Amino acid sequence: MTIEKLHVKLINKEIKVEELVDSYYKKIKKSDSKIGAYISLCQDKAMIAAKKAQLKIDNNDNVTMLTGIPLAIKDNICTKDIITTCGSRFLETFEPPYNATVVNKLYEHDGIVLGKLNLDEFAMGGSTENSYFKSTKNPFNLERVPGGSSGGSAACVAADLATFTLGSDTGGSIRQPASFCGVVGLKPTYGTVSRYGLVAFASSLDQIGPITKTVKDAGIVLNAISGIDRYDSTSSDIGNIDFNENINKDIKGMRLAIPKQYLEGKISPQVKESIKKALNEYEKMGVTIEEIDLKLADYAIAAYYIISSAEASSNLARYDGVKYGYRNKEFSNLIELYKNTRSEGFGDEVKRRIMLGTYVLSSGYYDAYYKKALQVRTLIKNEFDEIFKKFDGIIGPTAPTTAFKIGEKNNDPLEMYLGDIYTVAVNIAGLPAISIPCGFDDNNLPIGLQIIGKAFDERKILQLAYAYEQKTKLYELSKEV
Amino acid sequence: MQITKKTINHVANLARLNLKDEEVNTLLTQMGEILTYIDKLNSLDTSNVKPMEHVKPISNVFREDVIAPSFNRDDILKNAPEKEDGAFSVPKIMD
Amino acid sequence: MEYEVVIGLEVHVELATKTKIFCDCTTEFGGEINTHCCPICIGMPGTLPVMNKEVVDFAIKVGLATHCEIANFSKMDRKNYFYPDLPKAYQVSQFDLPICKEGYIDIEVEGKTKRIGITRIHMEEDAGKLIHSSFGTGSLIDYNRCGVPLIEIVGEPDLRSAEETKAYVEKLRSIIQYVGASDCKMQEGSLRADVNLSVRSIGEKKLGTRTEMKNLNSFKAIVHAIIHEQKRQISEIEQGKKIIQETRRWDDDKGKSYAMRSKEEAHDYRYFPEPDLVPIEISNEKIEKIRLQLPKLPHERVKRYIEEYNLPSYDAKILTSSKDIADFFEQAVKSGANPKKASNYIMGNVMKLMNQFNDESIPFSGEKLAKLIHMVEKNIISQNIAVKVLQYMYESKKDPEVIVKEKNLASLNDEGELNSVVETTIKENEKSVNDYISGNLKAIGFLMGQVMKQTKGKANPQLVNKLLKEKLEKMK
Repeated sequence: MTIEKLHVKLINKEIKVEELVDSYYKKIKKSDSKIGAYISLCQDKAMIAAKKAQLKIDNNDNVTMLTGIPLAIKDNICTKDIITTCGSRFLETFEPPYNATVVNKLYEHDGIVLGKLNLDEFAMGGSTENSYFKSTKNPFNLERVPGGSSGGSAACVAADLATFTLGSDTGGSIRQPASFCGVVGLKPTYGTVSRYGLVAFASSLDQIGPITKTVKDAGIVLNAISGIDRYDSTSSDIGNIDFNENINKDIKGMRLAIPKQYLEGKISPQVKESIKKALNEYEKMGVTIEEIDLKLADYAIAAYYIISSAEASSNLARYDGVKYGYRNKEFSNLIELYKNTRSEGFGDEVKRRIMLGTYVLSSGYYDAYYKKALQVRTLIKNEFDEIFKKFDGIIGPTAPTTAFKIGEKNNDPLEMYLGDIYTVAVNIAGLPAISIPCGFDDNNLPIGLQIIGKAFDERKILQLAYAYEQKTKLYELSKEV
Repeated sequence: MQITKKTINHVANLARLNLKDEEVNTLLTQMGEILTYIDKLNSLDTSNVKPMEHVKPISNVFREDVIAPSFNRDDILKNAPEKEDGAFSVPKIMD
Repeated sequence: MEYEVVIGLEVHVELATKTKIFCDCTTEFGGEINTHCCPICIGMPGTLPVMNKEVVDFAIKVGLATHCEIANFSKMDRKNYFYPDLPKAYQVSQFDLPICKEGYIDIEVEGKTKRIGITRIHMEEDAGKLIHSSFGTGSLIDYNRCGVPLIEIVGEPDLRSAEETKAYVEKLRSIIQYVGASDCKMQEGSLRADVNLSVRSIGEKKLGTRTEMKNLNSFKAIVHAIIHEQKRQISEIEQGKKIIQETRRWDDDKGKSYAMRSKEEAHDYRYFPEPDLVPIEISNEKIEKIRLQLPKLPHERVKRYIEEYNLPSYDAKILTSSKDIADFFEQAVKSGANPKKASNYIMGNVMKLMNQFNDESIPFSGEKLAKLIHMVEKNIISQNIAVKVLQYMYESKKDPEVIVKEKNLASLNDEGELNSVVETTIKENEKSVNDYISGNLKAIGFLMGQVMKQTKGKANPQLVNKLLKEKLEKMK
């Protein structure tokens, strides 16, 4: 079920909101014990919201595309009076007294929040195995990871446990899980969606975005959650645009660049095959595909890990057991309070990143690491800007593999980091990118195709993605778990 | 770049983390590998390149100096692990 | 061995904005614990800062008034450290691109002018307050103050004595009050001075090891702390000991300073540019616009008072020592008061009352002083009574006419009434009368005193004098 289809059903009175919401909760009850997408549910609040939404539909009162649509939110986005854990022991009982801006916007559109979704702790990870609470399973194969850090968000949509979800993307955390779970994931241009209420991981890289079944749905959600926010100094004034306004237009004549580095190196042969097939499809639709040399492709991960860890180490310093969250009970002085609390409140991956980040910012190392990474950032952005002078988009795989087995990459953090190869540069440059399903491997695991666009050019990448989606109709594969 | 145990312990202190011996050893290996990987950036010539602190070249985002009601104290203290007389409480700080 | 002391100050000033630097909470002083807070200034997960435009404007004003260069491009940075009064575990401040730099102010000590350099001025946010628990078991934190905007003014180590330091802080305070950037009330903490002090033998070019002293809440404390620390360091050096670079907390009651344990560990602040805030670009046009908006600074007013109002330079300097007093004076003169008379009342009486009540501002308007002066000029009240009325005005803020009426202080100018009192006094004081008649003219003073006593000071002295003399002469 897509937002588009459900919207029609709702306004045609074929179904009522309460029924719809109830049906989702039934599905959740049936399947989520196996998948583990949800950390918490808010059924009471949802039913109240459902009644309100139905009233609006009945009275034709400010009905939007999202009125009455059941959704779920990654648990690092603050929801007022609803526990927001960030997948961490630290915030296990944390109830924000305020809503993230995107949450307020969804409430204004009368979307129905079903619950909060599992993630890698504080959004750090690529498998959702770093959650303090549980591992989420890939609905296509329960022994496999859904990807991360928005693993819960992607699995939820894949298993039809919500019509759409919100995730967050710092180095690929929306796109990679979308790719692993065979759904659509969109990371907007930095600044398009307000970060107010998104628990910060890396402030200059984080963005909230939709995970949906279809490309059009992604555009619908983006319309609702985007826009300048007085509470976020880094948000952009994108004006009053409809991101789907060009979605139906012909893509003939467009030019896509495929970096040769993307199809070399550590990419699984079946993923490579699938991407090549996708490129073929585009050529059949009249798009020119040209191979380019993305010289800085190999440096993006290094720059990313320096910048994101440094910012994270500072953003996570506030978790000290004083104002909110976990506090260790055994301490005899302040320093012990801090150290014991933080050591027990955080998981290993978070601690690793904090250590790395603290190190690269520390006295004597700032120039060699952080400053250097910011200079590389300039180079990466410039390289992309040059490419977009000649091309409408950059195309390639979202991830070098399909979903790996749960536990497979646990002991090798660097190995895990290298999986971000196609996604991190996008965050460094602040560009928009979408991941759409483009096939399956021999294990019936989904493969994702990524299209990167110029800054603020979501309309074009949605247009390009939509054309492919409509031609191949892969989204019609529903998943019964 | 080689990282030492001394550095790891120093960084852990800066970050207010306790590390058990096994953790220090693990981090020694892991951080060592990651830092070696990161060193590849040194092969890029950045001598005349300006560091990019913000992806968007915007400046001067301000708000007006107009008072809005503060939050209820109960909401402010709602999640406090320890509180006393309307304040957050920590172990006595010696000066 | 002769030593000289070298002092440099770091002055933190709370800006007079209505709201905090990054959120809409009020900056009002006082208020119940944790009632001026919101998720942003408490540093709750997910919150973000948005810069208060007035903070930048005030910083520029202070920079211009202290002859600083205003940066066309400036940014905020994070200063990372752990302390309970710092909710985000980092303070948003400015590291390498402060908004102002390389300025100076001129101070006057013992008739000599000296220029004190200002290295830089930067914007930052204030932290919360630590209070001691009534149960004695822990420390409590109030975040009301957290997020109040500050400017930090870093001075060059150009000061060489406690007097110079006092003059520097006074001048700085006066300038900042004049541009309206802060009320600079040391008792309320809106002006805090940290003193960096070292000693060296005279002639030595190298700087000695310095200590930093904090918690100096008044001018007295600053002076005492400097004198004490200077002695302490010299004593240590003469005993062959090395000065430890440390932060010391001054205890004014005990007259001693103590090394602060918690600050001993060298901080690695890991400064990096604040990613949640965008840079601040200030055009030269904007700087000029603000420069034109600056109010007249103290030394300009001094000039005007001397030239326009014919006041002696001594008066002019005292009246302009605080913006409040200067404004009050100008208000009085605008309402018609004679400048010299107004000046005398202010210097002689009003400022005494301010000192007595420990006030940093005058609780009533200059208009009222003008009225009081007129009443004396018109003989409605006598000079002595006027001083009393002024005190009542200060305490009650009422109009002088109202006070005179309520307390029945009007001068006795009626000859008839006064005559009877004079006659009674003469009758009751034979000895003095005889003294006067026999040639001791000074005895009239005693008789006058008695009349004044009888009339509770309200009798018009000149009239009393005239009547007494008339009657006494007749008796001769």
